[in-house]
Amino acid sequence: MASIFLRALTRSRDRLAEALAGLVPGRRADSATLDELEAALLGADIGPETAAELIDVVRDARAEDVRPALAAEMVRVLKSAEGPGADAATGPRVVLVVGVNGSGKTTTIAKLASFHQSRGDRVLIAAADTFRAAAVDQLRLWAERLGVDLIAQGSGGDPAAVAFDACQAAVARGSDVVLIDTAGRLHTQGNLMSELDKIRRVTQKVVPGGPHEVLLVLDGTTGQNGLRQAEEFLQSAGVTGLVLTKLDGTARGGVALTIARRVGLPIRFVGVGERDSDLVEFDAREYVEGLLGTEAAE
Amino acid sequence: MFEQLTGRLQTTLRKLRGSAKIDEKSFAEAARELRLALLEADVHFGVVKDLLASVKAKALEETVTRSLTPGQQVIKILNEELVGVLGGERQELKFAGAAPHVVLIVGLQGAGKTTTVGKLGARLRREGRSPLLVSVDVHRPAAREQLARFGETADLTVCESDSDDAVQRAKEAVREARRRGDDVVLVDTAGRLHVDEAMMQEAQAVAAAVQPERILYVCDSMVGQDAVQAASAFADALPVDGHILTKLDGDARGGAALSIAAVTGLPIYFAGVGEKIDDLEVFHPDRVASRILGMGDVLSLIEKVQDQVDLEVTEGLEKRARQGDLTLDDFRSQLQQIRKMGSMSKLLELLPGASSAPGLAQMAPDDAELKRIEAIINSMTRVERHKPRVINGSRRKRIAAGSGTSVQEVNRLLKRFAQSRKLMKKLNKKGRRNTPWANLPSF
Repeated sequence: MASIFLRALTRSRDRLAEALAGLVPGRRADSATLDELEAALLGADIGPETAAELIDVVRDARAEDVRPALAAEMVRVLKSAEGPGADAATGPRVVLVVGVNGSGKTTTIAKLASFHQSRGDRVLIAAADTFRAAAVDQLRLWAERLGVDLIAQGSGGDPAAVAFDACQAAVARGSDVVLIDTAGRLHTQGNLMSELDKIRRVTQKVVPGGPHEVLLVLDGTTGQNGLRQAEEFLQSAGVTGLVLTKLDGTARGGVALTIARRVGLPIRFVGVGERDSDLVEFDAREYVEGLLGTEAAE
Repeated sequence: MFEQLTGRLQTTLRKLRGSAKIDEKSFAEAARELRLALLEADVHFGVVKDLLASVKAKALEETVTRSLTPGQQVIKILNEELVGVLGGERQELKFAGAAPHVVLIVGLQGAGKTTTVGKLGARLRREGRSPLLVSVDVHRPAAREQLARFGETADLTVCESDSDDAVQRAKEAVREARRRGDDVVLVDTAGRLHVDEAMMQEAQAVAAAVQPERILYVCDSMVGQDAVQAASAFADALPVDGHILTKLDGDARGGAALSIAAVTGLPIYFAGVGEKIDDLEVFHPDRVASRILGMGDVLSLIEKVQDQVDLEVTEGLEKRARQGDLTLDDFRSQLQQIRKMGSMSKLLELLPGASSAPGLAQMAPDDAELKRIEAIINSMTRVERHKPRVINGSRRKRIAAGSGTSVQEVNRLLKRFAQSRKLMKKLNKKGRRNTPWANLPSF
């Protein structure tokens, strides 16, 4: 598992490693080294505010303590947002997947389906993205490949109706997990955001306590706007966690650290590739290890 | 809300004012703020460094114009610099060679290529051209169907091909365009990571086969620091001509635009601003520059403020506000200054962040309310304006009658005033920076 994070985050790790190489053992980090370190953190999209606070944590540390202190602080921040997810008491566990356009929701749904399948769960997918041309086709192809149930209506239908049907079908068929795909929407589109609330409400009618998890799919290349996305989707869709996608390029997804700190949302999964198996459960220590190339202290 | 608004105006003013000359010290102070603003806007940190260095050189060298304070001057120079990097004048996408002109659209997954191809097709048709669309994305499930659907809804011709080979599909489309007499071929490629060598080679193969006149790189305006790596990797692998920025209808500040323009030196032609087929605009460097700065239309605010506000008055007011000695006289003169600058809603539009907080406009007092507040203060005696606590019940009645308002309105104003005075005192006691991590045990 660790190797996935290590591989995915090679570029940023190298930069950070370079910055840390300027440390002279036994002495405090000089300002040039701290500047380098800050630049490396900024380069990982951690954002100026969080980066400055991380730097403050290690400002007076001895050189050999800088890396572990930085790692420990980052792990602490990420872990502080983690909590147990709600489990379904009876009936299927309903997972709503939301996000802005192009963040990778549909692919993530396929990967999540594969993830749950591998654990022996019976999965049902609800194609509630009735807006994007061919979104249903894309999901249907995935469902066929994976051999999971799919509930869909024609394009242009009511997404809440699809979610409702899917939940009913899941109860009737005894599915373990329902994955609801939704249309990509910018968090600034008020009417589309309230549509998510409607989907939530109809879900509850069929499966009390649902949706048990609302995942915000965040493109790993997203910059500081990710914070706004998290805030807005939390407010209108009750997001419970993040899926960080596209971490297999040179992107680092550092804004998730700022989201954990400011909004208190944990990262649940990380998407690191194109195949349906390329989704791993998030591990704060391994992620930070990948970012810093160090044994992360607890 | 009211106190917050005036507070922000104050802060803006304070930051924009300074000594009579730009020196190293005053520049360094301004630069710290600007650096933060640019980084928050996702401008690449290397680009930020270069930008501020060149702004500094210009700011120290330039003679200060009489009409602008040094702080304003720095912002003006930075703004000009941003507009310059973003391409200066609007760029027009022109075609030169023989038809059909082939345009290759490339970019990362999820950047918005397919939607952009549809929008660009609709735009070109509006301009009197006959575009033919083709998807050579043989990787993402249903990618080709997506473009076909786009064609149906927007009534654009999409080239059908049975081939599962990207190069073959592109070639067929060009042949088809020749046969049909279409003058532009828009090629929608698969999204690819710039580190994926096999996929980059595929894009190169498509380019080699159809010799596109234009290769446009599609960039998501929400992308962070990685925008630089991705755009330059694409520009290294392919003869990219320019960019299209997508999803600008969100609230991303769009620093990525600056990053990619700076590192590639290529123009940005269009910006995607919505879900509809017509939502593709010509890119305006000046608008995006002020958006990145996050200071609203900062220069016009500077102009307005400079024209209207009597700095002397504001200075005394600021001092009293700091000490918590603000009087209703100050409150009134501030109101008058605000009203001189134009309507409240107009002014709000110019303030940074106002667009991302749509509720702000509703919460701010409207212009009619401002007038009533002023009338209430005008109906007070000098003593009442300086020591509001003497205003008892009968005085309230008199003030309400004199100003043609109600006792409730008078009460509301007094309460608001007391709150804002308290707030200013409190703000002043607290430090400026609030660092939640600062109190943690060190490791």
